[in-house]
Amino acid sequence: MSLTLEQVHRIAHLARIEVSESEALSTQGHLNGIFQLIEQMQAVDTQGVEPMAHAQDLGQRLRADVVSETDRRAAFQAIAPEVEAGLYLVPKVIE
Amino acid sequence: MINASLKQLSQALAARQISSVELTQLFLDRINRFNPTLNAFITVDAEKSLAAARAADARIAAGNAGLLTGIPIAQKDIFCAEGWRTTCGSKMLANFVSPYDATVIRKMEAEAGLVSLGKTNMDEFAMGSSNETSFFGPVRNPWDTERVPGGSSGGSAAAVAARLAPAATGTDTGGSIRQPAALCNLTGLKPTYGVVSRYGMIAFASSLDQAGPMAASAEDCALLLNSMVGFDERDSTSLERPAEDYCRDLEKPLAGLRIGLPKEFFGEGCDPEVMAAVRAAIAEYEKLGATTVEVSLPNSHLSVPAYYVIAPAEASSNLSRFDGVRYGFRAEDYANLDDMYMKSRAQGFGAEVKRRIMIGAYVLSHGYYDAYYLQAQRIRRLIANDFVEAFKSCDVIMGPTSPSTAFKLGEKAADPVQMYLSDIYTIAVNLAGLPGMSVPCGLVGGLPVGLQLVGNYFAEAQLLNVAHRYQQATDWHQRRPAGLE
Repeated sequence: MSLTLEQVHRIAHLARIEVSESEALSTQGHLNGIFQLIEQMQAVDTQGVEPMAHAQDLGQRLRADVVSETDRRAAFQAIAPEVEAGLYLVPKVIE
Repeated sequence: MINASLKQLSQALAARQISSVELTQLFLDRINRFNPTLNAFITVDAEKSLAAARAADARIAAGNAGLLTGIPIAQKDIFCAEGWRTTCGSKMLANFVSPYDATVIRKMEAEAGLVSLGKTNMDEFAMGSSNETSFFGPVRNPWDTERVPGGSSGGSAAAVAARLAPAATGTDTGGSIRQPAALCNLTGLKPTYGVVSRYGMIAFASSLDQAGPMAASAEDCALLLNSMVGFDERDSTSLERPAEDYCRDLEKPLAGLRIGLPKEFFGEGCDPEVMAAVRAAIAEYEKLGATTVEVSLPNSHLSVPAYYVIAPAEASSNLSRFDGVRYGFRAEDYANLDDMYMKSRAQGFGAEVKRRIMIGAYVLSHGYYDAYYLQAQRIRRLIANDFVEAFKSCDVIMGPTSPSTAFKLGEKAADPVQMYLSDIYTIAVNLAGLPGMSVPCGLVGGLPVGLQLVGNYFAEAQLLNVAHRYQQATDWHQRRPAGLE
């Protein structure tokens, strides 16, 4: 398998990472090297093998539906790039 | 005091031979002297450390100190610590001051009374095996400053090896405790997945990440592990288990111990001199009464390929939170919301992190999920099953931690695949979720070699016993790099 430059741009967009044309070229080389390594997996017959998502076969734990955290809004907003009146500011998305 | 064990430091503090403030100042002075060369710490805050030391001294004076109260420790900069800058080695978090404590930090500092000396350097978001991907520059190996300390817990390893701290924390997703421990002559332990809480430990690959201690001996690691473990309702994969004392079996004789030697770890691909040191360590174990048996991990050669699907897939999801909105870096100029995300992430992440996010985005994308992600998870099962089979005929598995001693700075930095292969012996252990250790077992050309021990699930106390008895019979773990007196 080999990624085209167009695919590299598509993946970068999926990941929301801006890449320049020259970055895309070097990324393409590196990613293809990595995928060459990954390709070794394709030769393995895994029919009937249950995928293993996790080291421990655990179900999701549930907790009682009660308030367990204190309000720390001010502390959390103090580290945000831009806030106003208790709101996180981002560029306008709705005209 | 610089080279004292944690037990000795504990006794000195209890006997009032030294105060925690004096001890903390002693190590802060060493950080001042040697950190400009080694770059092991990203953040040091003497005022904060000394305030914690004063609180520890008060606890000791009041008679409610624990065994570790007042002992200084270095914390990997992946753990959120309230009021401390917590960067994870990234420009993305270069100015992030955490508003809360990770559970590991809370347990070690608030409960056990350990005193933080600062936050140690690391590969960006723990993605690397040499500490060269850090936004804050590479860490240098105290054994040879032209060489890497390993990664991703390279700052922790260098700090302890140079005795800028008596011990440190690390995290291990594919070898990030064991490989730097091997390259810097430390004892490091990655516990069974789920034993140490991941709450507040900045996530890389959530099904693999596990925190553990890095120190000068197995005994020190056992004491630290006691302070780190425990069920945490804030970590959805934290395990509810009865408490255990990891020091309890340290002195147990090794007579009758069955050591499994996977033939795949003793073939080609390892430096012959490293292999000779590992074989000499195994011969030492035979003298201590252990027997060896050949075992097989037939799918272990697939661990690096499977890992480089699973870990990036989880990373691409975990790192989607860094969008320049609620915390972290935001680009200066952007045209709209999407452009703000794209530019903030392009400028905030380094090249290796971007590569892994992109691999993850690709293997999870429509049309590729089955061929890559599910196939990797099936291979993960085969790898885990190999260990189950191997542990039917042995108690502990041994082999090299790393295929070579510390390599030169820059030697592998340009070729991601070469870098990935430096974790060839450690990654399978993370995929299976087993506990693993690295123990110093020799020097080759003046550089440390690590012996890897792999135990069955929850066999940490046994691994520590196996490591400790070896350290009673040998002195490799007491060797220190020169020029740091």
